[in-house]
Amino acid sequence: MSTSLRNNGAAAFAAAAALLLVAGTALAFYWVPEDADQGFSQKIFYLHVPVALTAYACFVWGAWKALRLLWTREARYDLESYTAVHMGVIFGVLTLLTGSIWAKISWGIWWSWGERQLVLFLILFLFYSAYFMLRYSVEPGPRRANISAVYALFGVVLIPVSFLAIRLAGTLLHPTVFTREGPQMSASMFFVFCVCLAATLALAGALYLNELTGKRLDQALRDLREAVA
Amino acid sequence: MIRARGLEKRFGATRVLTGLDVDVAEREFLVVTGPNGAGKSTLLALCAGLLAPTRGELEVAVERGEIGYLAHEPLLYRELTALENLHLYGRLYRVPERHERIGMLLGRFRLWDKRHERVGELSRGLAQRLALCRALLHEPPLLLLDEPFAGLDHEGAEVVDEELARGRATRTLVIATHDPDRVAGLATGTLALA
Amino acid sequence: MSRYAADVAALARKDVLLELRSRDTLPAMLLFVVSALVVFHFSLPEGSSDVAAAGLLWIAIVFTALLGLSRSFAAEREQRLLDALVLAPCDRSAIWLGKVVSIVVFLALAEAVALPAFALFFRPVGWETVAAVALANLGIAGVGTVLAAMAAASRARELLLPVLFLPLAIPIVVGGVGATVADDPGRYLAFLGLYDGMFAILSWASFEYVVTE
Repeated sequence: MSTSLRNNGAAAFAAAAALLLVAGTALAFYWVPEDADQGFSQKIFYLHVPVALTAYACFVWGAWKALRLLWTREARYDLESYTAVHMGVIFGVLTLLTGSIWAKISWGIWWSWGERQLVLFLILFLFYSAYFMLRYSVEPGPRRANISAVYALFGVVLIPVSFLAIRLAGTLLHPTVFTREGPQMSASMFFVFCVCLAATLALAGALYLNELTGKRLDQALRDLREAVA
Repeated sequence: MIRARGLEKRFGATRVLTGLDVDVAEREFLVVTGPNGAGKSTLLALCAGLLAPTRGELEVAVERGEIGYLAHEPLLYRELTALENLHLYGRLYRVPERHERIGMLLGRFRLWDKRHERVGELSRGLAQRLALCRALLHEPPLLLLDEPFAGLDHEGAEVVDEELARGRATRTLVIATHDPDRVAGLATGTLALA
Repeated sequence: MSRYAADVAALARKDVLLELRSRDTLPAMLLFVVSALVVFHFSLPEGSSDVAAAGLLWIAIVFTALLGLSRSFAAEREQRLLDALVLAPCDRSAIWLGKVVSIVVFLALAEAVALPAFALFFRPVGWETVAAVALANLGIAGVGTVLAAMAAASRARELLLPVLFLPLAIPIVVGGVGATVADDPGRYLAFLGLYDGMFAILSWASFEYVVTE
C-alpha cells in the first residue's frame, strides 16, 4: 500500500470532495426551492442525512475490513478497519450535532427521544467509543487486531437490531410526538440530496485515505528506526 | 518437525525474538538456554501455536492436539482436584482409556495419594509434577517444556529425568532450561538465545 | 457432533463445579439482585407506576448479569488457563458454548430469586416476563461471554466489561420491558428471539478469534 499522498487517491478524493461540497452547498442554498412545510430550516436535511448515511457506510466498511482481517490474517486490514471506524465515529458525532441543531430549529428542543435516528446514533456512539477503549487497553499485536475486528462485526449487527429495538420502544415508551416525514422529495430536491451525499462520501473517503497514509507512514518510520538501531 | 526462518516476535514495542532460524527434526531433543528475557518461553509458546509470529516463518508439523506443553504456570484449575483436572483434560484431548492412563501417570509421578487434593493446596513442586502429567496425558509426539525442573525437589527431578529418558526414542522434545547439564546426556542439540 | 457436545458438557461441568467449590460468584449475584430491588424501591418517587418498576427489574437483571460475567473468565485469566483450553484439539467455540451454558445456569438461579422478590416487592410476574427472562438469558450469556473474553485480554479487565456490554444490552432491555408491560408481548418476545439468534451465531463463529492470535 503506497505511502505517498500523491499516489493513493487521497488527493483525487479530496479534490472531488471539495468540488462536491461547494456544489452541494450552493445548490442547497441558492437553487433548490424551500420546503413547503418547514421552510428554510429544512435545508439542514441536506447535511444531516448524508452525514448519517456516510457514518453507516464507514461502519460497514470497517466491518468489511474486519472480516477480511479475520479471513486472511493480513495485518494491514487492522489499520484499515480501525481508520474506517474512526471515520464512522467522527461522522456519527456530526450526525448527532446536526440532528440536535435541526431538532432545536424545528421544535425548540435540543434532544428528543422520539427522534429515532438520533437515538440510534447515540447507541452507536456509545458502542464505538467502547471500541477505542478496548483498543487502547490491549497490547498492540495480532490479538488486538482480532479482538477489534470481532467487535467491529458486533457493531454492524447492532445497527439493524438497535433500529428495530428503537422502533419497538417507540410504540411502547416514547411515542413519536413530533413526526417528520422524509420530505416528499421533488426531483430537484432529490438531485441536490444526491450531490450532498456524494460530497460527504467523498469527504469521508479523502479523510480515510489521508489518515491511513499518515498511520502507515508512522509505522514505516518506526520500523526503519528499529532496523537502524 | 519444527522449522523457523527469520522468526521475530514483538510485544508492543519490545522485540523479544529477532531473525531466528531453528530446525528440529523428528525425535530430536533440543535444549534452549539463555538468560531471563531472552525469549525461551516466547519461542516455546510460538511453537505451541499460542502466539503468532510478528514476522518470519514458523512451521510445526503436528496437529494441535499432538503437542504437550508445559508453561511457567501449571495450567491447572486450583479449585479442582488433581484427578478432576486430569479428567477434564483427558476428555478435551480425547485420551483413550482415560482412567487407566491417568492412574498410570499419577503413579509414575508419585502423586497417586494426592489425587483427591485440590491443586491450590498442593506444593509448587507437586503442582509442577501434575502439570507434567497434564502435558503427557495424551502421549503427544511433540513435547514443549518450559523449565520442567523448576520448583522440583530431588525426588521430583528424578522422576522427570526418568520420564525424559523413557520417551526419548518416540518423542520430539524442545526444553527450555537454566540447567542444561542435567539433560546434556539426552540432548541432541542446543540453542542459546541471547 | 457428539464429540462437540461432549466437549461442551465437560467444559460447562467444569465451570459449575468451580463455582460450587469457590462459592463466590453466585451468592454475590443473589444478594446483589435483591439489594438492587430494595434500592430501587427507595429510588422510585411516590405514585410511580408499576410499569416503571418493571423497567427496574430489567436493570437489576442486566447488572446482576454483569456481575456474573465479570467473574466468568476469572480463573482462566488469573492462571492463564485459557492457553491450555485453546491448545486442546476441541473446537474453540466449544469453550464459548460451555461458558454460555454455565452462565445461563447461574443467571437462571439468580432470577429464580429475583422474580419472586420482585413479585413480592412490586407487582406480580406473568408468564411473559418469565419467557422474556429466559430468552434474555441466552442473549446476555452469548454476547457477554465473548465480551468477557475480550475484557480478560485487556489491561483494564473488569472495568471494561460494563462499557462493552451496556450498549449491546439496550435491545435486550427494550425486549424485556416490552414483554413485561405491553399488551401484546409476542412481538417483543420475537424480537428477543431475533437478538439471540443473530448474536449467538456471530458470537459462536467469532469466539475463536478472540482467544487466539
